[in-house]
Amino acid sequence: MREASWSEFVITRLIRGAGYSAILFIALILLFLLREGSPALFEIPLTGLAGTRWYPIEGHFGLLPLIGGSLVVTLGAVLIAVPFGLGTAVFIAEVAPRWAREVLKPLVEVLAGLPSVLLGFLGMLVLAPTLREALDLPTGLTALAGAVLLAGISLPTIVSIAEDALDAVPRSYREASLALGATDWQTIWRVTLPAAGSGVLTAVMLGMGRAIGETMTVMMVTGNAPVVPTGVGALFAPARTMTATIAAEMGEVANGSIHYHVLFLIGILLFLISLAVNLIASSLVFRQRKRAERILS
Amino acid sequence: MPDSVRSLTLAFFLTLALAGCTPAAGAEGTPAVPSTAIENKGSDTMVNLALAWAEAYQAQHPGVRISVTGGGSGTGIAALINGTLDLANASRQIKDEERQEAEANGVTPVEFVVARDAIAVVVNPANPVDQLTIAQISDIYSGRINNWSEVGGEDRPIVRLSRETNSGTHVYFLEEVLRRGDGDDTTLFSPTTLLLPSSEGISAEVRQNPNAIGYDGLGYVTPDMKVVAVSTTAEGPFTIPSADTVNAGTYPIARDLYIYSNGEPEGDVAAYLEWILGAEGQAIVTELGFVPTAE
Repeated sequence: MREASWSEFVITRLIRGAGYSAILFIALILLFLLREGSPALFEIPLTGLAGTRWYPIEGHFGLLPLIGGSLVVTLGAVLIAVPFGLGTAVFIAEVAPRWAREVLKPLVEVLAGLPSVLLGFLGMLVLAPTLREALDLPTGLTALAGAVLLAGISLPTIVSIAEDALDAVPRSYREASLALGATDWQTIWRVTLPAAGSGVLTAVMLGMGRAIGETMTVMMVTGNAPVVPTGVGALFAPARTMTATIAAEMGEVANGSIHYHVLFLIGILLFLISLAVNLIASSLVFRQRKRAERILS
Repeated sequence: MPDSVRSLTLAFFLTLALAGCTPAAGAEGTPAVPSTAIENKGSDTMVNLALAWAEAYQAQHPGVRISVTGGGSGTGIAALINGTLDLANASRQIKDEERQEAEANGVTPVEFVVARDAIAVVVNPANPVDQLTIAQISDIYSGRINNWSEVGGEDRPIVRLSRETNSGTHVYFLEEVLRRGDGDDTTLFSPTTLLLPSSEGISAEVRQNPNAIGYDGLGYVTPDMKVVAVSTTAEGPFTIPSADTVNAGTYPIARDLYIYSNGEPEGDVAAYLEWILGAEGQAIVTELGFVPTAE
């Protein structure tokens, strides 16, 4: 008896510790990023960081082209991946016959395990030349090539989570809708999708998070030219993302130099952006849940 | 340079002397399996050359294991400064700041010129342009010339390709071509220059894109790219890079390739460097399309 309560005590503590450790790790990562990155704010005037020129070996540390590049590539990826991903999820969950569904779902999950460097290689040798010829661009190594590949990378996440959310919608909803004379399409669009709303939104946000953080593929196909994007045309021009910049330059930089601190500052920015995306996602989900509770009560 | 060669030879003989003492150590039961490991890292321009050296040398000396990795000259020198490397390959000379950092870390980089390299300017084979002056190349890369028709080509936009800024080739090209060796010149690469992370990235794009212009070490030029003849003046003579034109000094964009050791090399490291600078090592240099050090 005494023995059992003692081991129970240890196990409870261990599990609690494991739970809290996630918070601890995030806090430690943030602390490390702040320690290594914040000196940059004192070494370079803010006007320098807000500059439009990124050429670190000559002391140009303007972050605008990098932030802009990441935004263009990520937004492009979301614009491509969301319609495709939701379409696929709806097809798998609602339309496809049982056998097709049993083949498709695992296949999509295999796609998620594809090493991204492989996609980058294909992008460099196949996608970029094709884009250049099809759209008559000066070069195919553009933000668009990055966006297409990132869409491919975030698709499995979006499809898999959205499909689970659609699957979790009770059968009775669909049956009720069909019984009221709604067509299949009306049922999907007006009943099932809204009912799975929060799950679908989470899928989109997680897919977007995957896209912002992806490095290797983007570095191989976007051309990495640090140009500040202006307007829609930027999608068809080369771009340099924050992640690719860190990956390309971290190896050369001397510990403790200004360049080193600025790269960590970019890391802080990435951290804040993904934090913001997650906060927005969870607040949207929260609001929706409250609304659902109101309706049901 | 002669100084370091002399001490290198000294170190070499010291190694031989020490090697004479090893049978006693070997008798303690350690069989003659790989005993020393040499870490060699740095310039991507030199990575194939360094691999070929390492393979040939290891075949002759089974007791030595040499691991070669790329990453760029800056990467290799950074690792040397941090004390985690025996030999750093660099396609540029070590910078003063880097030398100071190294010394602050207790590392004294010693320089060896191990080969020479020409930087070839390449375009797509379909591009009718076959000669450019250094001034034109500088104007192209700094963004003053944006269309091939301005340098005698078709009416096509110019897509500029370069290696990343951690590449020694990038720094050399900036200083010797964009700025034409003028230390006060502050010309920069046009921000629209594509910075590609590998030599393969550049050759893949040049092969398939008729708008592209790129540059890379002569050893990386494949037959499916067109090498542009270069001249320092508009009157010419325009020269194609090759071992002969580099050693004759007629091709204007050529540089030395370096290996930096951590302090005066000793033992197997010294023997390896001696071998690289000797006839066998330099034969491999020629084989891979680089230019042997003229000595």
